[in-house]
Amino acid sequence: MDLSLWVELSYLFSSVLFVVGLKRLQSPATARGGNQLAALAMLIAIVATLVENQVLTWTGIVAGMVLGSLIGGVAARRVKMTDMPQLVGIFNGFGGGASALVAAAELVRVQTTGAALVLGDGFTIAVSCLIGTVTFSGSFIAFGKLQGIVSGNPITFPLQKTFNALLFVTLLVLGASVMGLFEIGGLPPLTVFSIFTVVALLLGILLVIPIGGADMPVVISLLNSYSGLAASAAGFVIGNNVLIIAGALVGAAGFILTMIMCKAMNRSLANVAFGAFGGAASAASQLSSGDKTARSVDAEGAAMILAYAQSVVVVPGYGLAVAQAQHELRKAMDNLEERGVDVRYAIHPVAGRMPGHMNVLLAEADVPYDKLFDLDEINEDFARTDVVLVVGANDVVNPEAHNPESVIAGMPILDVDKAKSVIIMKRSLSPGFAGIDNPLFYMDHTLMFFGDAKSSMADLVREVREA
Amino acid sequence: MDEMVVGLYIFVLAALTGREVITKVPPTLHTPLMSGANAISGIAVVGALVVSAQVDSGIAQILGITAIVLAMINVVGGFLVTDRMLEMFKKN
Repeated sequence: MDLSLWVELSYLFSSVLFVVGLKRLQSPATARGGNQLAALAMLIAIVATLVENQVLTWTGIVAGMVLGSLIGGVAARRVKMTDMPQLVGIFNGFGGGASALVAAAELVRVQTTGAALVLGDGFTIAVSCLIGTVTFSGSFIAFGKLQGIVSGNPITFPLQKTFNALLFVTLLVLGASVMGLFEIGGLPPLTVFSIFTVVALLLGILLVIPIGGADMPVVISLLNSYSGLAASAAGFVIGNNVLIIAGALVGAAGFILTMIMCKAMNRSLANVAFGAFGGAASAASQLSSGDKTARSVDAEGAAMILAYAQSVVVVPGYGLAVAQAQHELRKAMDNLEERGVDVRYAIHPVAGRMPGHMNVLLAEADVPYDKLFDLDEINEDFARTDVVLVVGANDVVNPEAHNPESVIAGMPILDVDKAKSVIIMKRSLSPGFAGIDNPLFYMDHTLMFFGDAKSSMADLVREVREA
Repeated sequence: MDEMVVGLYIFVLAALTGREVITKVPPTLHTPLMSGANAISGIAVVGALVVSAQVDSGIAQILGITAIVLAMINVVGGFLVTDRMLEMFKKN
């Protein structure tokens, strides 16, 4: 058999391994092996590619592979689990950027050979570059928002949607020119292509800046999907099936997560993308809470309530990640469990800044995954729970979601107000991301435990030991 | 054009396969799913290698090698960080 057949079969084999690897992510017990299988699939695809192609010069290729591996390896080793959303965000960008560059390099290569660009090739190059570039610049903004370099509030300006629409039309015209349908003012094709890329970069930035910080789980998922689609498009550019398949798998994964996140907020994708939700209304709504009083509790009081409960459910939120309090939380809960208290964790799908963010933090703190429950699994149990401990979460436990008038009406929430008592660990009474007051704070069976989650939790650990 | 249609078949069937497989991933593994999927999207490295192999100088080579760097960050970083996370998931 000739070499290229073996290479095609290797690509097929690695495509199968990608699917099997992803399938093993269906259970935490097999997930690690699944990820390793996918990594093996990648290695096979890379080796097959290097074997097949007559490489003209190795220096640049080897240097590029080594440099990329080093940067990726160091980033993966060093990142804190609380910063995982940023890391995944920026990696999405690199994936998209790589696909866009593949399209660009192919275009330049074809142009320098002097051959005419086939219409179909021009189309795939334009699409690949567009998706990849939007993913690249959009991901950098998402990273900036998560890292606190760019404001987490929605950034809006007048006629923003009109402007974005205009940009999109510009991209269509430039894209058609890149495909070779017509020339624009006698500009050389590569100049048009460069302008096309710059406009696409701008579009990526403008699509992400109006989206608020707490909507980041949706944005990251969507950009994840785009990075897959970009790889698929690059596969069409160079006529390579393993790219098309792997990219489609990632595209599907990101899209499913996007839809799960939207459903968990009872909002459409269009509303998340263009609604500029959150951040603004807070000042007005806080005034209305003036006549209500919240009762507060100190570490000693909270420890007494928790230590003498039979069942405790912990509801973690983004505040837990910000305060890096996951280890202290686990210590406090260990102490409770030693006293015979039944401790479980309830995780809302959009708690944190990316899908599954809280689960990773708790796993890092050695909380076994079979103690973590999602909304559907645990919501019925709150009525039979003695104490709910809410740590740095707000909107996901706001009973206003059941009020049809509210801006968060219909959002599925954790019904913690059904529990016998609720302790809320939070820095202040300030509203959550949705910008509305939380009536849970003022209920008779609710106690506010004010302070930074990490130091409050450390106090709690000590007090539970003495209780 | 033929090749593109075949490509479309492959794309659609792979996306449907992905949907079937990934819908069943439990919420507790959504972060590793995303970072693992992210590493897989680094498959663009194959495209970058194919393009880079065909040229030995000029802009195309610079673009190709930059693509290799970005894609390899994605591949190595993505798989390693996913492994680091999954290592922590333990049963009681």
